[in-house]
Amino acid sequence: MLESLYHHLPAIQVVLPLVSAPICVIFRRTAIAWSIAMVASWLSFSISILLLEQVNSNGPISYLLGGWQVPWGIEYKVDQLSAFVLLIVTAIGSIVTLFAPNSVNKEIASDRIYLFYTMYLLTFAGLLGITITGDAFNLFVFLEISSLSSYVLISLGGKRNALTAAYRYLILGTIGATFYIIGVGLLYQMTGTLNIADISQRLPEVAGIKTVMVAFAFMTVGIGLKLGLFPLHVWLPNAYTYAPSIVTAFLAATATKVAVYVLLRIYFSLFGTKILLSLPIQEFLLILGLIAIISMSLVAIYQKNTKRLLAYSSVAQVGYMVIGISMITVTGLTATIIHLFNHAVIKGALFLVIAAVFYRINSVKIEDMAGLAKSMPFTMAAFVAAGFSLIGVPLTAGFISKWYLILGAIDKGWLFVAVLIIVSSLLAVIYFWKVVESVYFKERPPGAIQIKEIPLTMLIPIWIMVGANFYFGINTNFTISIAEKAAKYLIGSPL
Amino acid sequence: MIPEQLILWAILIPLFGSIGILLTSKIPNLRETITLLTALSLFLIVASLTPTILAGGRPTVTLLELLPGLSISFTVEPLGMLFGLVASFLWIVNSIYSIGYMRGHHEKNQTRFYFFFAIALASAIGVAFAGNMLTLFVCYEILTLCTFPLVTHSGKPEAAKSGRIYLGILLGTSVGLQLLAIIWTWHATGTLDFTDGGILEGKVSKVAISILLFLYIYGIGKAALMPIHSWLPAAMVAPTPVSALLHAVAVVKAGVFTVLKVIIYIFGVDTLSNMSEDNWLMYIASFTILAASCVALTKDNLKARLAYSTVSQLAYIVLGAALANSMGIMGGGMHIVMHAFGKITLFFCAGAILVASHKTEISEMNGLGKVMPFTFIAFLIGSLSVIGLPPLGGAWSKWYLMLATVESEHLMFIIVFMVSSLLNIAYLMPIVARGFFSTAKPSIHAGENKSEGISFWHSLQIGNIREAPPFCLLAMTISSLGCIALFIYADNVFQLLAPIAGIK
Repeated sequence: MLESLYHHLPAIQVVLPLVSAPICVIFRRTAIAWSIAMVASWLSFSISILLLEQVNSNGPISYLLGGWQVPWGIEYKVDQLSAFVLLIVTAIGSIVTLFAPNSVNKEIASDRIYLFYTMYLLTFAGLLGITITGDAFNLFVFLEISSLSSYVLISLGGKRNALTAAYRYLILGTIGATFYIIGVGLLYQMTGTLNIADISQRLPEVAGIKTVMVAFAFMTVGIGLKLGLFPLHVWLPNAYTYAPSIVTAFLAATATKVAVYVLLRIYFSLFGTKILLSLPIQEFLLILGLIAIISMSLVAIYQKNTKRLLAYSSVAQVGYMVIGISMITVTGLTATIIHLFNHAVIKGALFLVIAAVFYRINSVKIEDMAGLAKSMPFTMAAFVAAGFSLIGVPLTAGFISKWYLILGAIDKGWLFVAVLIIVSSLLAVIYFWKVVESVYFKERPPGAIQIKEIPLTMLIPIWIMVGANFYFGINTNFTISIAEKAAKYLIGSPL
Repeated sequence: MIPEQLILWAILIPLFGSIGILLTSKIPNLRETITLLTALSLFLIVASLTPTILAGGRPTVTLLELLPGLSISFTVEPLGMLFGLVASFLWIVNSIYSIGYMRGHHEKNQTRFYFFFAIALASAIGVAFAGNMLTLFVCYEILTLCTFPLVTHSGKPEAAKSGRIYLGILLGTSVGLQLLAIIWTWHATGTLDFTDGGILEGKVSKVAISILLFLYIYGIGKAALMPIHSWLPAAMVAPTPVSALLHAVAVVKAGVFTVLKVIIYIFGVDTLSNMSEDNWLMYIASFTILAASCVALTKDNLKARLAYSTVSQLAYIVLGAALANSMGIMGGGMHIVMHAFGKITLFFCAGAILVASHKTEISEMNGLGKVMPFTFIAFLIGSLSVIGLPPLGGAWSKWYLMLATVESEHLMFIIVFMVSSLLNIAYLMPIVARGFFSTAKPSIHAGENKSEGISFWHSLQIGNIREAPPFCLLAMTISSLGCIALFIYADNVFQLLAPIAGIK
């Protein structure tokens, strides 16, 4: 029994949260819905650890859904990279649900809370499905599951603006998904298969044909929309700002990361390095990435709302990952994959802090946060600590990402890229410090209510995330070895 | 204990001390006792490493591998030994002083102050003992971050503004230039270990070496070479003990120490001296020496004047390193010690004057020497050492620096040193003269004496004399005696540094 369960872990990874979602609807009670979400998240987290161990010891796992042979059936594929991303998503999900109850009770109408947990579980399942599947069409299905449910999550936000933000995201997200499926359709037309590994085997024969190039372009733009690639990021700041804080924390730490993962998969596992190198995609991604890290950091400096500030910062950070991809070298991809992980823990921690701030003072405007350090010392210390990681101070996770990214740039001989990356992290110092100064050096605005530190049930998850930022900045064996292996695997993927 | 263990303890002791300080925050006397004991034991541990180093040992300890092939590791070599000794010894003196100052001046948040001070010392020792450039960089950045709360201690808007300059310049230059240089070096050579003779030789082109030199020198903002010196005057907003130990000793010396380390162990002295007849660094350093001295002349605020004096004196060390010969390294290394003792004495005096008579501007100090004779005598000793007159320690370092200019046949730099010494006299001596020989305006003291209660912490009053708190006086005495002792025992410093300066 246990043996066969172990064998079916890849399926359980997705099915468990997917099935848990409707159960939440059946019970409707807040406490029960939360418990289900909690159990499902932590079980998924355990499964992802087991999967990663399995991959580390036995190599990539190929799981045939329903026993149907490839390429007719759907294949779930767990390799270093997907196991790593599964781990990121489930870990973040677990911490976020741990933190959620207070924040959710505060920001979402009590009769809708069970819906929140339902939608959260669906998004969660969708993201895991995207990561684990080895089938291009199945990926689209999960993409839609996660997207549709995340539109709902965003629209749960308290202000009316949340509805327009969700609507905007819905329009652009749908365009993105449609573009992606058009790409898949074109590839199916050329190769007659939907299995990613299978497509990549057949592609070289038809590589020169325009249809393949068109498919490539459609897919790039489609996924670009989902990951907030500059200039396709316009939906993101509003969505992050108006969504309930907890949703922002979850989506910022997971959704864009999974989108970056999809881009990596499509580029390296589907099209392969050879086709990539024959296209002008390197310059294209590099330029967009550079514009993103500079312009979005500049925009972030002028924000008055911390959620929006961090949202723009996220777009900039996606720029780093895209720059890493544009290098098409092992070091570059290592940087991207490490940053996937590191940015998830950085932004997860920061947005949880912001959620905690909203929980206490009903606002996340920088001016309203003035003097908060006195009343919420531990929360604000967490913000500073996570901010150090965002900037890339040594001994934090962010430093490791930046090290690899700059090393990759120098390796390529792109000194100016290295310089721009550094300029962008200095801009990060500025926008981050704006918040710190307000919090530490200003007095509480007159007439502000007396507030206390947040309860431990919120503080502990925050500090787990912050601790992760330092742990993975000091003990880097885990992240670096996985990222390097995954990067080598991607670069050397069958052409 | 074996030397390797001692290295670890030297870093752990201040960290443990900081925890002790937090735990005893409610009992100030115990808290200060812990600070003193920590400082004392740190100095003893560092000092007990000295025989090993003098015997030619290079104990190394590796903590962990931060990146593949790059570890956080510590190696003690003569220069680091010297810096470690200076920083840890002066921490004891400064802690004594802090007790007098912080209580006499009624500062708030003293626990935070002592806590971050201990962390700062741990990172300064980390800088001193760093075994490779990555470790040094890590400790350097922590030093910047943990001194920020000290600089902005008062929490007032001007403190926040100065803090912004402080952090902006130090973090900006180190992340912007130094990190880039480090990664470039790593990419080109595959190592970041401090190696005798340097690691860049033959690995990169001459052009790249010049660019790297620029990146390193201006990436080390703590060395306060013009035009990135403005963080140092800005940092004077901090309480005086911070200015004294951190911005005359630990932080700024960590900067010039890093410059020396980079030139000796990354570039290699020979590589640099072979590169060209004379490099831009010498001229920038000379310019900084003279320009900062001139600016110091114009400052009426005592701490600001001392800050610019520090900028100028730091450039002495950079110039010594830039001359890239054995005497230059010797003079530069020695000046780290000599200037530290001289300048910390001067800052102690500045703080004492503030606590006892609430004066910050030099123009208000007429006749103050008669009221605070002790402080002004200490100020005189410190000044003479900074100027470089015998029988004070500062004479020796200047002697070797001048020898270096002769050795490198750049005689014009000898003029720089001489003019600068004259400028030193011009901006330091008038303060002493004003204190002893001018008569005070009678209005200044009237009423002040009576309005405040006499307390042991606040000041020492005997007859007409109204001195700083006894703890401050004790600290000043130790540091000014140090200036004299260093003149007599300079040979010990010479022996310690001889191996790295290449003097047999």
